Amino acid sequence: MAVLDRLRERLGPAVVETHEHRGDATAVIERGALLETLQLCRDEPDLAFEVLMDLTAADYSRFPGREDGPRFEVVYHLYSITHNHRVRLKVRVDEDDAVVPSATGLWPIANWLEREVWDMFGVRFSDHPNLRRLLLYEEFVGHPLRKDYPINRRQPLIGPQT
Amino acid sequence: MSITPTRREFMLGEGSGTGSGGQNLHVGVGPAHPAMHGIIRIATELDGEYIRKADVEIGYLHRAFEKDCEVGGYNNAIPYTDRLNYVSPLINNFAYASAVEKLLGIEVTERCKFIRTAMSEISRICDHLTCVGASAMELGAFTVFLYMIKAREFLWELVEDVTGARLTISYGRVGGVKADLPDGFATKVGHAFKQTREVLDEVHRLLTGNRIFMDRMIGVGTLSREDTIAWGITGPLLRAAGVPYDVRRAQPHWAYDRVEFEVPTQKDGDNYSRYLVRMAEMEQAMRIAEQALERMPGGPVNVDFEGRPLDPASYVDQGKQGKTEGLLLVPIRLSPNLQGQSRGALQQVNAADKRVVLPPKENAYGSIEGLMNHFMLIMEGYGIRPPQGEAYFASEGANGELGFYVISDGSDRPYRVRCRPPCLPPVAALPKMIENEMVADLIPTFGSVNMIGGELDR
Repeated sequence: MAVLDRLRERLGPAVVETHEHRGDATAVIERGALLETLQLCRDEPDLAFEVLMDLTAADYSRFPGREDGPRFEVVYHLYSITHNHRVRLKVRVDEDDAVVPSATGLWPIANWLEREVWDMFGVRFSDHPNLRRLLLYEEFVGHPLRKDYPINRRQPLIGPQT
Repeated sequence: MSITPTRREFMLGEGSGTGSGGQNLHVGVGPAHPAMHGIIRIATELDGEYIRKADVEIGYLHRAFEKDCEVGGYNNAIPYTDRLNYVSPLINNFAYASAVEKLLGIEVTERCKFIRTAMSEISRICDHLTCVGASAMELGAFTVFLYMIKAREFLWELVEDVTGARLTISYGRVGGVKADLPDGFATKVGHAFKQTREVLDEVHRLLTGNRIFMDRMIGVGTLSREDTIAWGITGPLLRAAGVPYDVRRAQPHWAYDRVEFEVPTQKDGDNYSRYLVRMAEMEQAMRIAEQALERMPGGPVNVDFEGRPLDPASYVDQGKQGKTEGLLLVPIRLSPNLQGQSRGALQQVNAADKRVVLPPKENAYGSIEGLMNHFMLIMEGYGIRPPQGEAYFASEGANGELGFYVISDGSDRPYRVRCRPPCLPPVAALPKMIENEMVADLIPTFGSVNMIGGELDR
């Protein structure tokens, strides 16, 4: 697809891998080149991804074959109104260095979406103006969408510990 | 000091707030405020009647939707999706099912696509009716609220007719829908739409040119086109700012490429434009639903049978006695609970993929293959098993782009389900819409955002 070719051509080795499973163009980007890539995607006229449709993460620590690899993937779904195309960008980070540069400077909506990722996965975003939990409360212990968070864990403010 | 009074003095009397000791007042609106549909807290900082700063706190309705999806099978998440946007649950059902279908790489039948299209549009009207009615009520137009709830009732009766429930409908299935449409559904839709159109006409006459309503809505809660895009806002709010982006048009799914409709837009991006867009969209939604029902293909129905319909008990008895010859072809008289789920009906609406779709009850009870098929999909550790991979499916929810991002690790449970909630971006942008406006304007702006706690907090 043109989008992935363009990204590979412009970014060279910063694009770690690409695939188009089920027609979704996907590129895994080096963390260091993330902001540059996002900016390129937004501002380059033939990419023109104006909308940060979604920003989320996934914990791959229980994924068959990827238990040892980088634990988290932060996933950006971009959409271009001008060209009507989509791309999915991913950044892989390890658990002991789970920090990703914040995209709030590019899209204001990244503020809340990054807060949600911090809330649910414990991935930090450097230079984020206000990295508080979004959906849960400050006293909540742990990050519930991590795979090692048991679904039946009780929280201190809610009920007795089990 | 200027001689002409400042705006502040004009509001609060001469000399007020001109000293250096002026202090802003902090007022928390919500979480249990009647105008905060659902529960949400807006911490405001007021200077007189003007909101200088606002901070929105969400999460009061968080129910761990995404975590819950990971512990059950793929179809087990369907009831949870009902509770995302609980005003238009059908769209959530279908969008989630379509995301899993995309992951599996299967196509649903044509008839199913048309059913999804028509039912989604009926849901969309319900959603817009609730949004417009509630925000009009908050501005004092209680009559409009009653009229719109009346119209919503007509539509919910349709939903009830098809799904058996009004709100928590769980009608979508991976690979199809739960049951075929009931007989004479198109006629009922015709009646309901006729009455809905009358209500919309009444509401237009009550509100659209109403001086009070216009004064409260025009120029309030404005968000420019650039800001709307930068905040990732989609749906009626984006179209009200002049961007004709609609997933149904841009990336047609289901049967949206085979029906004609317009994408209504406005230019100003204020509350009044959002109101106009929603009112126009309801008419378009009715057009789409009517066309979808009219053009709905029948699909093959297997009717090559001999003998009379049986009741299910004797059907099972015969099967137990080993009298299975020809049993698969005998139609059974289903209990009313299973209306629309006879073999012929299910074949019309479900994908022909045994790895995904439950067999009809006749097969499950009448043949060992059907029983095994049922077993393989229901028992723990079996079930639907998409290959490893990931898929993002976008559909047009009532509030904007409703996306589901599903990751499969090859097992029978989704590894990760992410819902892109369409009303989170506008709620995130709410401070920008209400800051430096008056407290009273918070109410119509918040109403036009159409915050739905279920999908916002998940």
